[in-house]
Amino acid sequence: MRKPKMFSEFFKNNGLLMGGILMFLVSFWIIVLILLPQLSMLDFSFRYNLPPALQGTEADSYTLDNYRYLVFGPEGASDAFNKVDLMVFVRTILAAMAVTVLNLILCYPLAYFLGQSKGGGFIRLLVIMLVIPYWINEILRAFALRIIFGDGGVLNGVMMSLGLIDQPYDFINADIALYAGLGYAYILLMLFPMYNVIESLDRNQIEAARDMGASWVRIHRRIVIPHAKPGIASGMTMVFMLSAGALAAPQVLGGTSSLWFTQLVYQWFNDTLNWQQGAAYAIVLLVASIAIVLGFMKIFKVNMGDIGK
Amino acid sequence: MSSGVDVTLDNVWIKFGDFVAVREANVNIKGGDFFSFLGPSGCGKTTILRAVSGFLNPSEGRVLIGGKDMAGIGPNKRPTALIFQNLALFPLMKVWENITFSMEVKGASAVERRKRADELLDMIALQGQGDKLPSELSGGQKQRVAIARALCAEPDVLLLDEPLSALDLKLRQHMRTELREIQQRVGITFIYITHDQGEALTMSDSVAVMRNGIIDQIGDGHAVYDTPATPFVASFVGENNVFRGKISAINGNEAVIATNRSGELLSRITPAAVGKLKVGDDAMMFVRPEVLNVGEGTDKTTISAKVLNEEFEGNSYSVFLEGNGGKRIKMAMPNMGQNQHSTKGEVVSFSYDVNNAVVMPAGELASE
Ligand SMILES: Nc1ncnc2c1ncn2[C@@H]1O[C@H](COP(=O)(O)OP(=O)(O)OP(=O)(O)O)[C@@H](O)[C@H]1O
Ligand SMILES: [Mg+2]
Repeated sequence: MRKPKMFSEFFKNNGLLMGGILMFLVSFWIIVLILLPQLSMLDFSFRYNLPPALQGTEADSYTLDNYRYLVFGPEGASDAFNKVDLMVFVRTILAAMAVTVLNLILCYPLAYFLGQSKGGGFIRLLVIMLVIPYWINEILRAFALRIIFGDGGVLNGVMMSLGLIDQPYDFINADIALYAGLGYAYILLMLFPMYNVIESLDRNQIEAARDMGASWVRIHRRIVIPHAKPGIASGMTMVFMLSAGALAAPQVLGGTSSLWFTQLVYQWFNDTLNWQQGAAYAIVLLVASIAIVLGFMKIFKVNMGDIGK
Repeated sequence: MSSGVDVTLDNVWIKFGDFVAVREANVNIKGGDFFSFLGPSGCGKTTILRAVSGFLNPSEGRVLIGGKDMAGIGPNKRPTALIFQNLALFPLMKVWENITFSMEVKGASAVERRKRADELLDMIALQGQGDKLPSELSGGQKQRVAIARALCAEPDVLLLDEPLSALDLKLRQHMRTELREIQQRVGITFIYITHDQGEALTMSDSVAVMRNGIIDQIGDGHAVYDTPATPFVASFVGENNVFRGKISAINGNEAVIATNRSGELLSRITPAAVGKLKVGDDAMMFVRPEVLNVGEGTDKTTISAKVLNEEFEGNSYSVFLEGNGGKRIKMAMPNMGQNQHSTKGEVVSFSYDVNNAVVMPAGELASE
């Protein structure tokens, strides 16, 4: 009932030609650029890694082997489970969650300040200044952080000259550089949705709550956060998804002993040239990430529809 | 419910940088009164209310509530409740949660709150609507929820910032009566802000008329309407005919004005201007349309003018006249049922009772 009305309204508002062009572009984007490649990845993940000669023959059948490998490891291995890869997987998910929460804690006060202060032009300037570093590409930014956090880096230099430490601290292997890099890489994706929703909050509501005796904590808990929930959810979703799927920051900033799950995927595709196995790993990461996001959205009662607002 | 307490503004000045939003406000509001601030948009009404509720501090002077100086006491600690110009209901909370938010703050249990919400919903005739969201209510219902929410906090003083301005005329008139009833029932002090003079006159015990941050006059509706203190009040509150001129004679509380276009006219000096006028001063005389009567009076209370046109307004007629030199005059006549039309182009004489005209030093008029 609702769908046809939505469509007819869409065409009425945009006109037949413009509506048609928009529809075509959006469907092209969704089908050709998103759906098809992902579907072929999905297909890959259920196939054997065969030499070109055997592809398309009898032997090229569907299998769960690639997924089995992630859980149980190679056949005949001494361990019952593929401990190494599973650990990397769990660690990636947990670390991405940690980065997300850290970003949230950092961004909420900032978004509140930016969104509710009446600074006007000055605030806009601040926001622009936040965006400028993102003109620099991701790899460059990651290496810049490496320079800061490295053994002979700026941070160690300052801390040593202040006498706080007498040996350079290994920020890289302690993964501090990695977390900082990931946090930094996607922080604006957390800040902006939150800033937008908080800016749309009527100041009078905050004052009304205050007038009725509410403390600042209660005002945030009952007024600001519920209002900002869609923004918080969309920010957290993006940061979590992108952190879990990040490659550049872990490559450049990760410690030698710790791998990010995407690095495993990358290795399968690039080093081992086993695309089927890589696809399976990638699909597992994707599905797990989506499941986690949906799970949290359910717990915190956020609707998909709200996020688009 | 607590009984109302006095609110006093003692020489209050409020400045935003160099801009003076409120100048030397001295107001005594009696406990339990319905007090209105009336003035055009931007004259500083909201600013005064925010100073009373504690959202901003006067640059100079004191705000006293119940005799207690409020300096340094935040809005969450004052015995006031503010109803915002846009109501500011919490859109994500149900109606009953909105109403009892002040109890939630104090840690009341959900059962207690629900009970109180139901009582208040009864009072505002919204029984059984507690579980709705504000967005599911009509404008007038939202209005009443905002009132209930403010009353639930059991304030000593209720501050209302043009709460009816968003409603249509019928509902506004209905809500006026309702507000007045609620005020009389709960007996607390109401401070009401409006730019609608009808609203101020019908509801208030006392009205302060403001202009550009200055309070021109404080008094009950009669005082403000019948004996305006300044040309601004005379022209802002109700309709008025203004005659400009110079004082040519003063006799006790009466003065003769040599008007620019309508000859010499006699008028009472408005109480606030008694003793302040001298012969030769620029002055303004005001006569309301409804106190003009067809027929000759004395030679100093009679004006003649040509009928331009007539408007029928149901209970009355407005007759628009043109006097000497194009002077526009408006006369209102009650509709007594007879056919009393005047003829276009006819020159008529009309007069007024000296006690119904007021004269005062010339000054700024309210812009239309
Ligand atoms: N925070 C502020 N900073 C600077 N100027 C302000 C501030 N608040 C109000 N003003 C100015 O003070 C004057 C009075 O404002 P106020 O809001 O009190 O008007 P008002 O009488 O309530 O008008 P309205 O009927 O339109 O609500 C206006 O000229 C306004 O621009
Ligand atoms: Mg206002």
